[in-house]
Amino acid sequence: MFREDIIIGIFSGWRSFLRKCLFRVLRVGPIPSHIAVIMDGNRRYAKKKKIDDMTGYDAGALALLHLIIYCMELGVKYVTAYAFSIDNFRRHPEEVQKIMDLTMESVMLLTWMSKLRLVRVHFAGNLQLLSADIQDAAKRLMESTAGYKNFVLTICICYTCSDEILHAVEESCKEKWDDGIGIMGYDEANDYERLIKVVDIEKHMYMAIAPDPDILIRTGGEYRLSNFLVWQSSCCHLSSLGTVWPEFGVFHLVWVVLDFQQNYRYVAKKKLQL
Amino acid sequence: MDFSNESRVLHRCSAQVLDIGNLLLLSLWHLVHSIIRICNFTLDIANVLESYLISLGLLGRYKSLHIAKLRYLAIVIESEEAYQTSKIIELLQWLEAVGVKHVCLYDKEGILKKSKDFILENLDGAILFQDAHENNVLLDQQHMTLEFVSFSDGKEAVAKAANVLFMKYSKSGVTDQNQKEKIFTESQMSEALKTVGSGGPEPDLILVYGPARCHLGFPAWRIKYTEIVHMGPLKSMNYGSLIKAIYKFTMVRQNYGK
Repeated sequence: MFREDIIIGIFSGWRSFLRKCLFRVLRVGPIPSHIAVIMDGNRRYAKKKKIDDMTGYDAGALALLHLIIYCMELGVKYVTAYAFSIDNFRRHPEEVQKIMDLTMESVMLLTWMSKLRLVRVHFAGNLQLLSADIQDAAKRLMESTAGYKNFVLTICICYTCSDEILHAVEESCKEKWDDGIGIMGYDEANDYERLIKVVDIEKHMYMAIAPDPDILIRTGGEYRLSNFLVWQSSCCHLSSLGTVWPEFGVFHLVWVVLDFQQNYRYVAKKKLQL
Repeated sequence: MDFSNESRVLHRCSAQVLDIGNLLLLSLWHLVHSIIRICNFTLDIANVLESYLISLGLLGRYKSLHIAKLRYLAIVIESEEAYQTSKIIELLQWLEAVGVKHVCLYDKEGILKKSKDFILENLDGAILFQDAHENNVLLDQQHMTLEFVSFSDGKEAVAKAANVLFMKYSKSGVTDQNQKEKIFTESQMSEALKTVGSGGPEPDLILVYGPARCHLGFPAWRIKYTEIVHMGPLKSMNYGSLIKAIYKFTMVRQNYGK
């Protein structure tokens, strides 16, 4: 994949200085607290560059690293990336295995990076669908970074929002049952409002660690959310970019944030009304 | 004394430099945003011209739409604009003319639900989706069906459905099973949502009429794979943009994760 020296290079040099100047201008206006991304277009990028799909995914992972660094410099506190959907298990087993191998490498790299920049890393999704070694590495990384508060990176893996909602409902049911509110304490004549409330479901969501996203970016020119954060994106500025994910760069981020700032008053008003 | 005077002068100078610096940054920020507004304005004019040409039927590719691909359409309207019922009726009439049969109207605060009777009266032959579903007349191509949805059909409905599922959970004895196993399935959740009255189908396409591209809390369970297109404010709606949005939808190909 790529090395730690590349990451150190992104943080330093004249490009970093120019970027910080650009971000200083952006910070005159409101900066999103939470940016979420659907990293679509890695295979199309590979096809365009006449490289194999895994090299395309590598390029996508590098683009995500760049985004994390840019967001840290800009003052964004939460970044959430849709790395692997439960639906993606339908792909060819060989491709799935290669993506899992890349995931393991990424976990190792994030372990190193999280210590460099005190990044809290969280994995959101049905982690039981991962192999035991990736699960262990992911859990260790989450535990070792749980105390960092400056920046939170959430990687959605083996995730779909419908699975997240179902999981949260199940946990809410178990919690109510364990609290002793069994069938005896529940009156069927009630109009389904008495026991489990929205706040109970939301606290059991995989994404309970972060506030709702302010911006949700999808690359690759598509206009759907593909079962990503549909619950959390009620008042989220949805941004669809034609560029494929590995080509997402600082100017795309600047464009998205400027667009967000143009619509900020409206979206902020809607959030307050919720 | 001289030293403290000097430090005061230095402090005043650095404060002034900071003020000038902040002013410069503010000016740059406003300049960038002004350029973006001009670019957006130019794009809007181009879109209006294109929409006009589409309305006149001068752009060949928009003449034939594969409308059968659009089985269920949702319209999300900013609640402040939802009071413009005449505009909404006009929009629905355009959709009917194009051949769209099933439409879901959403606004966050439920203004459209309150105008339901007025809209149904003024749209020839339109019936409520729930009524059509119950009477099995969905296949009747003569009637347009309308569904009216608001924010309470989203998260709150899922909470109600969760209570329905909790009833099943409590009665079934699964509490004794391995806590790591899945208890409910997506189809059970869908059934529970139908039980609480919020079980409509998943729209293929959502058209958002409002200032920003934002689904405003449309029921999350129903928009997992829905295309979401921003149409601008309702007051600026036009037939050509509607046709273009539907045409673009019919050209989309989804992999569903594959």
